[in-house]
Amino acid sequence: MILIVAEYAGGKLAKSTLEMVTAARESGREGPVTVLVLGQGTAEIANAAAAVADQVLVADLPALATYNAELWAAAAAQIAQEGEAHTVIIGGSRSGREYAPRVAVKLDAPYLEDAIHLASTGTALQAQRYTYLARVTETVEAEGPVVVVSVKPGAFAPAAPLAAAGEQYDVELDLPAARVEVTGRSVEKTSRVALTEADVIVTGGRGVGNPENFSLYVEGLADRLGAGVGATRAVVDAGWRPYAEQVGQTGKTVQPKAYVALGVSGAVQHLSGMGKSRYIVAINKDAEAPIFKVADYGIVGDVNQIVPALIEAARK
Amino acid sequence: MKILTLVRQVPDAEARVKINAGSVDLEGTTLVIDGMDEYGVEEALRLREGGGGVEEIVALAVGPKRVEDALRTALAMGVDRAIHIETGELLDPIALSRIVAQVAQAEGAGLILVGGQEADWDSQALGAATAERLGWPQLTWTNELQLEGDRLTGRHDVDDGNESFRASLPAVVTTQQGLNEPRYPTLPNIMKAKRKELRKDDLATYGVQPTVRVVNAEIQTRARLNRMIDGKDPQAAAEQLLDLLRNEAKVLA
Repeated sequence: MILIVAEYAGGKLAKSTLEMVTAARESGREGPVTVLVLGQGTAEIANAAAAVADQVLVADLPALATYNAELWAAAAAQIAQEGEAHTVIIGGSRSGREYAPRVAVKLDAPYLEDAIHLASTGTALQAQRYTYLARVTETVEAEGPVVVVSVKPGAFAPAAPLAAAGEQYDVELDLPAARVEVTGRSVEKTSRVALTEADVIVTGGRGVGNPENFSLYVEGLADRLGAGVGATRAVVDAGWRPYAEQVGQTGKTVQPKAYVALGVSGAVQHLSGMGKSRYIVAINKDAEAPIFKVADYGIVGDVNQIVPALIEAARK
Repeated sequence: MKILTLVRQVPDAEARVKINAGSVDLEGTTLVIDGMDEYGVEEALRLREGGGGVEEIVALAVGPKRVEDALRTALAMGVDRAIHIETGELLDPIALSRIVAQVAQAEGAGLILVGGQEADWDSQALGAATAERLGWPQLTWTNELQLEGDRLTGRHDVDDGNESFRASLPAVVTTQQGLNEPRYPTLPNIMKAKRKELRKDDLATYGVQPTVRVVNAEIQTRARLNRMIDGKDPQAAAEQLLDLLRNEAKVLA
């Protein structure tokens, strides 16, 4: 069986889970596609998973009320062993990539990390992934009785519902005690669409000028286009914007249909987070900015002049 | 308490990456200590300077001869000694974690610091895999860290924001931007570093094989349209851009 650990947020199954189902079906690995739902009060999530999977295993436990790397790893490894899974697929989110390696070590399995493509070749599972700040596409392969994979968000199409919903089963788990104690939590909420799920992203860099301009132009244009808001590291370091909006090596990796970069110079660390966007638009007054090398559409000009015109034109 | 800090050597961010016969060729490329690992080295030094009861800081690197340079940088920053396991073998994080765990045990380390995602393999797995091998907890993407006795407190990023945490040593901490500002090695410290111990070790001692094979590597740059729009007339430029996004790229409604 192929075991997928469900990702969800705000009580809803995340798109990444549907993408993992596609990854499982495209991998050429055999057996039923099984989704494991870990958490508490997860009925709605399990139902949504059942619509796309052959079967759903539900561990609805108070101990799993909040995510914890050691608990998630223990749960996934136990179910993989009991269900004799030959493939374990975990989301390539920050948390997924945090506990997936632990699952691999527990199962004494190889780990294919952050896969953008999967294929079976003989006895091996082959994956493509980005390396060297996303400048290189590497093909790696591994074999074994079980292989652990994490899947990059946005790399696979979301699975469509099946004709008949998969069966749901409750599972028992023997979980360790959590050793990391969370003493505070700050959720960076935004009314806008999440960066990793947005079709269009408008990102501002230092070239925007100041925080007020950022609100006016970057947020203004994003709202006009129904887009997510991104920021460069320089902007986040300067305290203009929260870390949750940062795109790049140390922030989020995004792959929208359109990425609109305002006053962004285009450092390689930033490109590594957005360089796979389908279309890249750059507006910057520095004609030499490296961002123009990767842009599909570029305007050399002042953000403060071009963007108000853009907001106005988008109104029509 | 002893801190083990892991160091990788990666191409400078501005360096061009070349591919030769299906694999990345670093010949002639400017190589530096990985930026995220540098945060780890710096944090180890700060924990000691902050009076956290840190007895010794040891830097560990696994890789070819040239990796010595990255270890020398760590020594010049202030690390006490270094261990270099010299090998040309490409080891994936799961395989490498086996070595790190063995070294940590042999050294009696209580804290391991490693970069959250290094700029060569774009992997976040080494810290977590090492923690699992040792049976230790891990704190990833840490941007604030305090040590008091054997108690760690701090803050780290999670999927939808950040968390403050508390955990006991031994533990693995992965580092990132914002944790600190790494110091530059001074000339006297660079001179002093030359006399510090850099012990060589043999991969065979650890009985480790790669668990993942690299089949191919290629530079895949998406062909971009590179279409420039004249920005002199903002109104006209805005309208032209929207028209292209709507009717040519078809990415806007």
